Amino acid sequence: MRPTIFILAIAALAFGGAPALAHGTYTVHIKDFKYNPAPLRISVGDRVRFINDDQEAHTVTATDKSFDSAGLDTGDSWTYTFKKSGTYSYFCTLHPWMKATVIVAAPKGKSS
Amino acid sequence: MKRSDFLSHVAWTGSGIVWSVAASGLLTSRAFAQDASAGTGLSFVQISDSHIGFHQAANPNVSGTLRAAVDAINALDVQPAFVIHTGDITHLSKPEQFDTAKQILSGLKAPLFTLPGEHDFLGSPGQAYFAAFSGDRVQNSKTGWYSWDQGGVHFVALVNVFNFEKMGLLGADQLAWLQRDLAAQHKSTPIVVFAHVPLYALFPQWGWTTEDGSKALSMLASFDRVTVLNGHIHQIIRHSEGNIQFASADATAYPQPKPGTAAKPGPVTLPQGALLKSIGYRTVNLNGGSPGIGDRPLG
Repeated sequence: MRPTIFILAIAALAFGGAPALAHGTYTVHIKDFKYNPAPLRISVGDRVRFINDDQEAHTVTATDKSFDSAGLDTGDSWTYTFKKSGTYSYFCTLHPWMKATVIVAAPKGKSS
Repeated sequence: MKRSDFLSHVAWTGSGIVWSVAASGLLTSRAFAQDASAGTGLSFVQISDSHIGFHQAANPNVSGTLRAAVDAINALDVQPAFVIHTGDITHLSKPEQFDTAKQILSGLKAPLFTLPGEHDFLGSPGQAYFAAFSGDRVQNSKTGWYSWDQGGVHFVALVNVFNFEKMGLLGADQLAWLQRDLAAQHKSTPIVVFAHVPLYALFPQWGWTTEDGSKALSMLASFDRVTVLNGHIHQIIRHSEGNIQFASADATAYPQPKPGTAAKPGPVTLPQGALLKSIGYRTVNLNGGSPGIGDRPLG
């Protein structure tokens, strides 16, 4: 196991200098037909957990269709890892007027 | 079956109200309990928004209320020519939810037609819906929309939940198909159109509209008698534009707020007795006279 761990550590350093564990997990609540917080600002590699707190079902669906939670029942959650920087617009396919964005920043040190 | 036999077959009795289309092509409604001998037209039943899989406070037993609707329809003295489910058969498009819905709906004595709601198209849009219903009668079309003629009436089932971002939307392909379909109909032929989302701007703020619905309605405007029946909004709302009569139906699952009376749409939780009074099924009797619709609550 030791050689494997060593190689992974080297790889993590090579890809931006931070191990994978440094990535955060953020939470977006869907409540009263709104995503909150919106917009959400995160960094590349961060995970976002979407939780449906409404009695009604909702979805988390990228406007460009790059991700889709499918139907989220009351209490269901769905997690997505944003691997590239950019602004991701998403909406609820059941209630298309519910719209929000996730703004994903490039890792620190790469932006300059 | 000879036409005369058929017509007598669909005469209505029992408790409730039915639609009928008579040879005259006019829509009428009357109480089931009234003399059914006048029922010389075609009768059918509309059910909608069963949301099988929903299990929240607004209705913890949506399978039970759909089953109650099926039982009530089966208990009618004279069976409708068909029953149509106008969408949101399931809550989350899950195969097991479609299985449950099919199992309950297969208990209907009358033939079943379906069309999808947006809740039936989640995830891989249409995949589970078509898997569940593609073998059934006319909806074996790959598109999901279809039409048929029965009892001198032209029936059209539309799908306006394909495009989630612009729901409801019919789309250019379906509108072109509709134009061809209607071109073959005589101006005096009664037309009955089914769709899930209202075809007119009932309350756009909550998505209760079809973006290109006006294009379909302009095609329908030239016919003498048009009835458009939809679900989606879980409540009865009537409307008319020229010769077109609109009627949104109750759900079998739970009610939603009246337009603009709440901050948002969605399930409304009521006491059990009040719930059963606000959900139900619709009987339609297309008979001579003026248009009418019978909405039958479960409680």
